[in-house]
Amino acid sequence: MSILAYNGGSVVAMKGKNCVAIATDLRFGVQAQTITTDFERVFEVGPHLYIGLPGLVTDTQTVLQRLKFRIKMYEMREGRKVKPRTLMAMVQNLLYERRFGPYFVEPVIAGLDPVTKDPYICALDLIGCPCEPADFVVSGTSSESLYGMCETTWREDLEPDDLFECIGQSLINAFDRDALSGWGAVVHVIEEDKVTTRHIKSRMD
Amino acid sequence: MALQALHGVDYHCKKANGLEDDENVYLGNMSNQCQLYMPPLSKAESQVGEFLVDECGRKIKLNFAHGTTTLGFKFNGGVVMAVDSRATSGQYIGSNNVKKVIEINPYLLGTMAGGAADCTYWERVLAKQCRLYELRNRERISVAAASKLLANMVYQYKGYGLSMGVMIAGWDKKGPGLYYVDNDGNRMPGNSFSVGSGSIYAYGVLDSGYRWDLSDTEAQELGRRAIYHATFRDAYSGGVVRVYHIKKDGWVKISEQDCKALHYKYAEETKTA
Repeated sequence: MSILAYNGGSVVAMKGKNCVAIATDLRFGVQAQTITTDFERVFEVGPHLYIGLPGLVTDTQTVLQRLKFRIKMYEMREGRKVKPRTLMAMVQNLLYERRFGPYFVEPVIAGLDPVTKDPYICALDLIGCPCEPADFVVSGTSSESLYGMCETTWREDLEPDDLFECIGQSLINAFDRDALSGWGAVVHVIEEDKVTTRHIKSRMD
Repeated sequence: MALQALHGVDYHCKKANGLEDDENVYLGNMSNQCQLYMPPLSKAESQVGEFLVDECGRKIKLNFAHGTTTLGFKFNGGVVMAVDSRATSGQYIGSNNVKKVIEINPYLLGTMAGGAADCTYWERVLAKQCRLYELRNRERISVAAASKLLANMVYQYKGYGLSMGVMIAGWDKKGPGLYYVDNDGNRMPGNSFSVGSGSIYAYGVLDSGYRWDLSDTEAQELGRRAIYHATFRDAYSGGVVRVYHIKKDGWVKISEQDCKALHYKYAEETKTA
């Protein structure tokens, strides 16, 4: 089994009309054994800016710590908050630094540009190759099923409430086909004036 | 299978092939279910079941539906059997609605863990053998004899990669019976068993709540809870929890409940308690 699937977990992000959403499951396991069901792998790293780090949990935590350090250094030196695009470049550098002994995480970034308010989503592989599509990004152990769900449910210019419904249904129905993800979900819908965080009840098996 | 023999399928097959006179025509497992084709290479060379080789020459494991939780226990009021219903291949969930209790006859049940094909096939052959026994001897087969028939059949294929860990339970002259049979040829009687990847969790609940003098409803609830807790902890178990109870006059299906409903019901109960 791949080390990326050792702890399980999935993240998905979607663009909407003047909003973005990012969602994750809540399982932290060791192979077949479910340890906790309240492990959020999506983190707030700036204003209207979130990063999901599915993969090996020890690396999720290390990458998050090192990333927070770099973000703080950036903000002090530049005297302004980090933009989504800049965060992507930082993550890319952080991951590529370990090109020959990578961190086993495949990050997903979702946020709104602080100046233009443009929605931004992005997924990177474990050595920092970015992918910035116009619709949605998926990552983690249910990524195959997530692609299937998102391809069928996603539409252009969804309003925040519809985007929540779309991303929630996609994630839950995708991880219900995956043994290593699930046990509850969290969705963040990021709008210009607010961020709404919702917990979703799901199958617990 | 019994029906096929009764209708004379062998006879018609031979006739169609113009082989009426040849009594030794090989019909594979149509005539004898215990006769399966052997692997094309010698056993030691090919190690069938241990691994096969893919197009690049890499060894690949045969991917069986291994994840399961099943349990059975004897008590004052008979035998309770409870199972989950998830089938996985790797981390992919193939189905959440598999029947892992095989109804051999109104007095005998078998459970399924390991290879789904192996379990369904051999337990169906067992069902035929049990029916023939009944017709020949004008009495029902004992649980001991039924489980031994199965153990002997799978023992013939020991080392060929069959994958099954089953429980055979029923009610006979001696009262309730429960046997564990697996592909290594193990066969043992006992008061409580749990089989599958979630069995460690099921045993935890089962052993802590088990008494001989449980009431019927207590016993059924114990089985249900043990399976539910296993489905929660074990990634490869889940779906619906099915509970069967074997009493003096045969088995009864007690319940089939979705794990999701059970989880939120139990969560509510612990909150109010």
